[in-house]
Amino acid sequence: MQIYLPIAELSVNIFLFLGMGACVGFLSGLFGVGGGFLMTPLLLFAGIPAAVAVATEANQIVASSVSGALAHWRRGNVDIKMGGVLLLGGFIGSTLGVWVFGLLQGLGQIDLVIRLSYVVFLAIIGGLMLVESLRAISRQRKPGGKRRKLHQHNWLHGLPFKVRFRRSKLYISALLPLGIGILVGILAAIMGVGGGFIMVPAMIYLLGMPTVMVVGTSLFQIIFVTANVTFLQAWQNQTVDIFLALLLMAGGVIGAQLGTRASAKFPGEQLRSMLALIVLGVCARLAYELLVRPDDLFTIGAVVGHG
Amino acid sequence: MQRVIWRLAVALFLMGLIRPVWAQEVVADLSDHLIAVTTGFSGTKLLLFGAIDGEAADVIIVVRGPAEQVVVRRKDNLGGIWVNRDNLVFRGVPAFYRLASTQPLKDITTSRVLARHGIGLKHVRIINPAGQNGDLSEFKSALIRNKQRIGLYPEANGQIALLGNRLFRSDIFFPSNVPTGAYNVTVYLLRDNKVISAQTTPLVVSKIGVGARVFAFAHRHSALYGIAAIAIALFAGWFAGAIFKRS
Repeated sequence: MQIYLPIAELSVNIFLFLGMGACVGFLSGLFGVGGGFLMTPLLLFAGIPAAVAVATEANQIVASSVSGALAHWRRGNVDIKMGGVLLLGGFIGSTLGVWVFGLLQGLGQIDLVIRLSYVVFLAIIGGLMLVESLRAISRQRKPGGKRRKLHQHNWLHGLPFKVRFRRSKLYISALLPLGIGILVGILAAIMGVGGGFIMVPAMIYLLGMPTVMVVGTSLFQIIFVTANVTFLQAWQNQTVDIFLALLLMAGGVIGAQLGTRASAKFPGEQLRSMLALIVLGVCARLAYELLVRPDDLFTIGAVVGHG
Repeated sequence: MQRVIWRLAVALFLMGLIRPVWAQEVVADLSDHLIAVTTGFSGTKLLLFGAIDGEAADVIIVVRGPAEQVVVRRKDNLGGIWVNRDNLVFRGVPAFYRLASTQPLKDITTSRVLARHGIGLKHVRIINPAGQNGDLSEFKSALIRNKQRIGLYPEANGQIALLGNRLFRSDIFFPSNVPTGAYNVTVYLLRDNKVISAQTTPLVVSKIGVGARVFAFAHRHSALYGIAAIAIALFAGWFAGAIFKRS
């Protein structure tokens, strides 16, 4: 069954996109990740224009983060003050990102920048996850391994504008979460991701936040930042396809529930190494497309802003 | 006397009305003058039918989409990565171009005649970028090749069935990604290598229904559209969470 996507301006198979939503939803439920960094490349592979893929995926992440954020909110696992500072950075970063996005679109380089960002980030994240999970698996086999310190003091703690974050039991410079927020905001705008995969490790290792607060606070920030990206992309670039977003949301919701249930049956470290392999696979496919000489060196595009 | 002049005037007027009909060697029409791109749209087929004056002749049908500006980009290898480098903007590019004929074009007429009338993929009328000298042919053929790849310049000529040198009919296919706008369908009648008559029929391809309204909303009230998209996502997320918590 075909559906015509009014903004992407092409006719697609409903079940293909529901299925993609369900698969990525399943993985994100299984691994407890946002899934934006898998969905956007999949949309690109399926032939959705890069600009529409990124903007629409931001819209879908709003939906997929809400129920998780609400659950954490009820349990009191959201540090509003920290979230607020991250959010301020996120607004600055995402506004900047959407502006740069429009600029690159005019130059005809947005596809390249999106793909390059994905190759770089997926390679780093996938590589780190793989190494980490392999280490953890071997550590499990040799009990009594070294324990890492949770909170180390370094030069980052010498930065000015120190603020007390009671919920997270931290006294650190506000510039740190602000900077993380800005970085994540830029990524959200250009890559169509929530940025959890950057923010969560940064909050744990750079800020030293208690793990129990990290997920709720990052989801809280992600909702507002992706909402900001959705708004700005829709307003400035008209690239949010609500039909496509609804298909992905419907598939994603069901997939995520199944994934969450399935995750109880799998051991955590094996899961993480599996996710790492998926991430590296997507990365390799994107890199291949950039490195191999294309069949046709020429591409055509509409001239933005003129009939 | 006045009456005679008056009658003569009427007669001349009527002849004027009638004459072109007799002189018109080709008449044609489409089964529909509107293609509605609805939410379920997956391409469509129109029937073009018509009549010619009864003498042996060939018919060529050309469907031309609305003129648009197209940027053609060439990739270059920059440090191992294929990157868009040079680009040219062509104007007046038909968004869609499809041809049908009673015989292969080379059997009907010379390429000079085809070029003069802009018939055939080799002769599509495109306005070159201003202030560009040098060889544009590589970019131009790339433009046509890319249009072909996405199915907007179908390479295969459509067939025209000619019945007793009088009636003709042809099916014209439009793919699901057919661009919207005002189209022209031109029927050329050729005899002895020459175009002896041509008739153009308008055709409109337009987004209709929910999809059209969404598109118009997104472009006319973009800020409001953005807010609506967020509201829908928030509601969908909350709703899904509420349902699955109960079950």
